[in-house]
Amino acid sequence: MLDYGPDAILMKGIDGRNWRLKDYETRDGYKALKKIIQEKIKPEDLINDLKKSALRGRGGAGFPTGLKWSFMPRQFPGAKYVVCNSDEGEPGTCKDRDLLRYNPHSVIEGMIIAGYAMQASAGYNYIHGEIWETYELYQEALAEAYAAGYVGKNILGSDFSYEMYTHPGYGAYICGEETALLESLEGKKGMPRFKPPFPASYGLYGKPTTINNTETFAAVPWILRNGADAFLALGKPNNGGTKIFSVTGHVNRPGNYEVKLGTPFAKLLEMAGGVFKGNKLKAVIPGGSSMPVLPADTMMKTDMDYDSIAKAGSMLGSGAVIVMDERTCMVRALERLSYFYFEESCGQCTPCREGTGWLYRIVNRIENGQGRMEDLALLDNVSDNIAGRTICALGDAAALPVKSFIKHFRDEFVHHIQHKRCLHENMEPLWGRTQKEKLREAA
Amino acid sequence: MTLSASSLEKIDREVAKYPPDQKQSAVMSALIVAQDEKGWLSNETMDFVAGYLGMPPVQVYEVATFYTMYNLKPTGKYKLTLCTCLPCGLQGSLAAGDYLREKLGIDFNETTPDGRFTLKEGECMGACAMAPVVLVNNKKMHDSMTNEKLDELLRSLK
Repeated sequence: MLDYGPDAILMKGIDGRNWRLKDYETRDGYKALKKIIQEKIKPEDLINDLKKSALRGRGGAGFPTGLKWSFMPRQFPGAKYVVCNSDEGEPGTCKDRDLLRYNPHSVIEGMIIAGYAMQASAGYNYIHGEIWETYELYQEALAEAYAAGYVGKNILGSDFSYEMYTHPGYGAYICGEETALLESLEGKKGMPRFKPPFPASYGLYGKPTTINNTETFAAVPWILRNGADAFLALGKPNNGGTKIFSVTGHVNRPGNYEVKLGTPFAKLLEMAGGVFKGNKLKAVIPGGSSMPVLPADTMMKTDMDYDSIAKAGSMLGSGAVIVMDERTCMVRALERLSYFYFEESCGQCTPCREGTGWLYRIVNRIENGQGRMEDLALLDNVSDNIAGRTICALGDAAALPVKSFIKHFRDEFVHHIQHKRCLHENMEPLWGRTQKEKLREAA
Repeated sequence: MTLSASSLEKIDREVAKYPPDQKQSAVMSALIVAQDEKGWLSNETMDFVAGYLGMPPVQVYEVATFYTMYNLKPTGKYKLTLCTCLPCGLQGSLAAGDYLREKLGIDFNETTPDGRFTLKEGECMGACAMAPVVLVNNKKMHDSMTNEKLDELLRSLK
């Protein structure tokens, strides 16, 4: 039995095997869709309900979903698209995979309702290629929905027709950025587009398109079944509902936990079994690797919702909570993060393409005992020259962690530079050796 | 150079997902199908896919070189990709990487002399809570890999 916590609504009653259509129907699945079709509910009423629920995008930016849907020109003749962003690759985030493999019909129903509300002709679900087994399972679930008449031509006998398809990612983090994802759907390199125009006016194949995260779609049927007020009441004003947090790193029970927005971090940490082996908490990245790191004492006073985390100096992002205990070398931790952005920069904008390489190489040399004191100012300078100067947010995502790690843990970086080793002996038994250390040992 | 009838059938099913004038959208799937059959993407294979989808070959090369799960060179029989991002690293995947490199006697991006294993370092696979994670030939994910489970996995891949 999987346990997402007592507050779970999206993952309530999920045991890992009950993902099929008949199981979903016993959990009130497709009731919202049936009601909409039978009562011919107006699209604008659905959008207003979503606005009232204060559902915000679960992929990272936290944009209000109802507002986003209202941007679609519903009267525009011809093709219009709904796209689900399941290209989950933000380090620390593993919730969409669980939704897709354990509760796929909630995502499918949410996408159908989105199609109805925005009068779209088709919906594509772009799924991370690394989770191939989940990709295949989702396709099986989609076939069930087609067979039951929930998707396809004249849905449930109405004049609403809507096709749904899957599209695989294949190892490019940048495709989680919505316009890069659209490029990828069109069969090109996933390089982000300039905005404006926004996808609602010029999206897939140049047609009006709305892109939402998997978890955002999954929340829609619940909201329409139980009412916008009920959803809002679960969270806090402007932060409606529950959120699935992926808690990883130094905790006793890494995993996905669904809690009400506004739940104290301390409670979420407790659900994940507390800090690994009862060690002391050192730092937490509360919203996925692109967000600033926060020291333990700040985190322990923070609630898990968009506004509280922003106030504490970071962002809720995708809801990936990366926990680091006292043994973590923050230089090595940053080196890993910087490598990721260096590896995943698409190369379109010079500040990001060149800058992410600079960041990685500088942090790497500090980690390997070749750092210089002026490197700290240099890291700051390179970060400032990336952030805000690129087409998409990957540049900011590479720069923000660097600045926050140095801001909060400057003494560790200084110690690494001066003494060519970590602040404390044997900081991290689980940590592995760096490539260079290994080569040095072999020499 | 061509692909098998069953591969072509699979590609046709992918093409049908997109508007008739947007066959190029199927290129990622077509390359996956081609790689599954051939093991890797040679220029000849990519040229064939280009012709099949009515695309200039260079646009197919662009896609194949951009997405990291495509093999642009022959690999060992089993390509093992280990996620070494920060969250996985905190949960022991870097140590698992050390173990695999020692055990196989190769570094990342190398293939064992008997051609059985290629070891790759991967970026986030979206399974962070179950680290260490090893993906075999882009398809089968193995999670929570202790040294014992890694031994067992290597033994099972003949």
